[in-house]
Amino acid sequence: MKTTFLAFEQPIAELEGRIEELRFAQDDSAVDISGEIARLQKKSQALTKVIYAKLTPWQVAQVARHPQRPYTLDYVAMLFTHFEELHGDRLFAEDASIVAGLARFNGEACAVIGHQKGRDTKEKILRNFGMPRPEGYRKALRVMKLAEKFGLPVFTFVDTPGAYPGIDAEERGQSEAIGRNLFEMARLRTPIISTVIGEGGSGGALAIAVADVVIMLQYATYSVISPEGCAAILWKDAAKAPEAAETLGITAGRLKTLELIDKIVGEPLGGAHRDPQATAQALKKALAEAFKQLSGMKPDRLVEHRLERLMGYGRFKEAGER
Amino acid sequence: MSWLQKLLPPKIQRSYGPKKTVPEGLWAKCPACDAVLYSTDLEKNQNVCPKCNHHQRISARVRLDALLDPDGRYEIGAEVLPVDSLKFKDSRKYAERLAEAQEQTAETDAMVVMQGAIKSIGVVCAVFEFEFLGGSMGSVVGERFVRGVRVSIEHQLPLVCFTSSGGARMQEGLFSLMQMAKTTAALTDLAERRLPFISVLTDPTMGGVSASFAMLGDVVIAEPKALIGFAGPRVIEQTVRQKLPEGFQHAEFLLEKGAIDMIVDRRALRDKLATLFALLRRLPSDPQAS
Repeated sequence: MKTTFLAFEQPIAELEGRIEELRFAQDDSAVDISGEIARLQKKSQALTKVIYAKLTPWQVAQVARHPQRPYTLDYVAMLFTHFEELHGDRLFAEDASIVAGLARFNGEACAVIGHQKGRDTKEKILRNFGMPRPEGYRKALRVMKLAEKFGLPVFTFVDTPGAYPGIDAEERGQSEAIGRNLFEMARLRTPIISTVIGEGGSGGALAIAVADVVIMLQYATYSVISPEGCAAILWKDAAKAPEAAETLGITAGRLKTLELIDKIVGEPLGGAHRDPQATAQALKKALAEAFKQLSGMKPDRLVEHRLERLMGYGRFKEAGER
Repeated sequence: MSWLQKLLPPKIQRSYGPKKTVPEGLWAKCPACDAVLYSTDLEKNQNVCPKCNHHQRISARVRLDALLDPDGRYEIGAEVLPVDSLKFKDSRKYAERLAEAQEQTAETDAMVVMQGAIKSIGVVCAVFEFEFLGGSMGSVVGERFVRGVRVSIEHQLPLVCFTSSGGARMQEGLFSLMQMAKTTAALTDLAERRLPFISVLTDPTMGGVSASFAMLGDVVIAEPKALIGFAGPRVIEQTVRQKLPEGFQHAEFLLEKGAIDMIVDRRALRDKLATLFALLRRLPSDPQAS
């Protein structure tokens, strides 16, 4: 598949275009130009390295939303075996913007839940652009309770612009559905390991991300509001999104420094979509480590530990402090 | 200001301004029905318009004053104060916005928590201050809520929370999102100990506040016509590109959709809460008599 390049990657795109042209030319040319191709490829690599070494938070947000970025089901195929998808919330409907099911991770039975975006227009609509309605959150909760009942660890994958802001979603209790998940996940008596693989969009992300270990891919983002939304409210100008991205602190590096996430998994040069297999392998290692660390803990200890984490969130000072 | 005005003593300067026939603040206009009301009457009526029943927003302390018995009130978590941990800056610095909000409201952040009693039933009461940065929930709101829950548990008291909030406080980035998880986790502690939590949704209850603990009350009450929802009406309108139904996201709409238990007039709330807490805690029917 041809790589789609983002606006800030245009210099790389131009080089890659020339490499492509030369490859075509090579086929019916008597002169050997493979040396030239190799030289340009090296140059393209070096250029990518330079550009990716100093991505701004807003550029990272573009990578996190890259149309070719691996989605939950791509990781499910690369990280798990025996995946059995489970559908429906048993209350209203099936919501395809969240996938959930049972699977095996390194041979161990587990539950898998994640936001799912679509590739083409048809699938994008089916997946509602990865924006769940209440039934999506309720399905996720149903599968989590199922996992708890049978002592299965839960792996969640976060990749959503946010919960769907629609009339029907409000009518069926979007707020309650998200709140209920936060409530139940706080004391779920089985390990929960969450990975932000793309966009971690606000409450819609958190509703499946209350966890014992929170991992982020290098170019994923996690934020209380989208940079565009924040800019529209605080600057009254959505064009200020790059500034908002900067100040909101949405990147993995910043969030790790602030101790809001536990681990960053590095991505291949140019982002996860340049080499999904390599990304999945790196993630698999991190998931296995987290799983190993948690699997020895008794449910009581696990919940106690999770509650301690949750209660520790926040930065404030006490009167008398400077 | 001209050089002449600068020279004039303040009293004379004022006479240049528009003539005021009525002292400021004596009269208030109802924003819903435009009725001109005598301010003291409005206050006595808990800021509910006597003509059209419109429930105006009220400050956290006015709310607490009307709700709790006069004796035995203790504030909880006032020692918790905000910090600008991200050095957040939009068109203005968060630190400046904080300082301004503190000056305007005389509060240190957007929530006031008190231990007290409602008709002799001991309670912990948490109230959002909407005038403080739109009642947004940041680290201080989350921590004060949690400290309120701790006092509830320590003294075996039920909890009531009055929400009035635009949602999470953007200026605290992901810390504010995590307050949703933190406050809700604290509620599980109450539930484990079978201590009741009543959530009273007042205008407005939106975003991260509605999508965390607000909808999880053992009983969920709303004030009449309060705006309650996850996404703001403008965001929804822009997304679905259709006109929103009449009364959408109002308390009455939520009652019809089965999202809340009841709508209660502000003036009846004190009695209603006492009755409900007495039932949930299996106390005698007239707590005042016991």
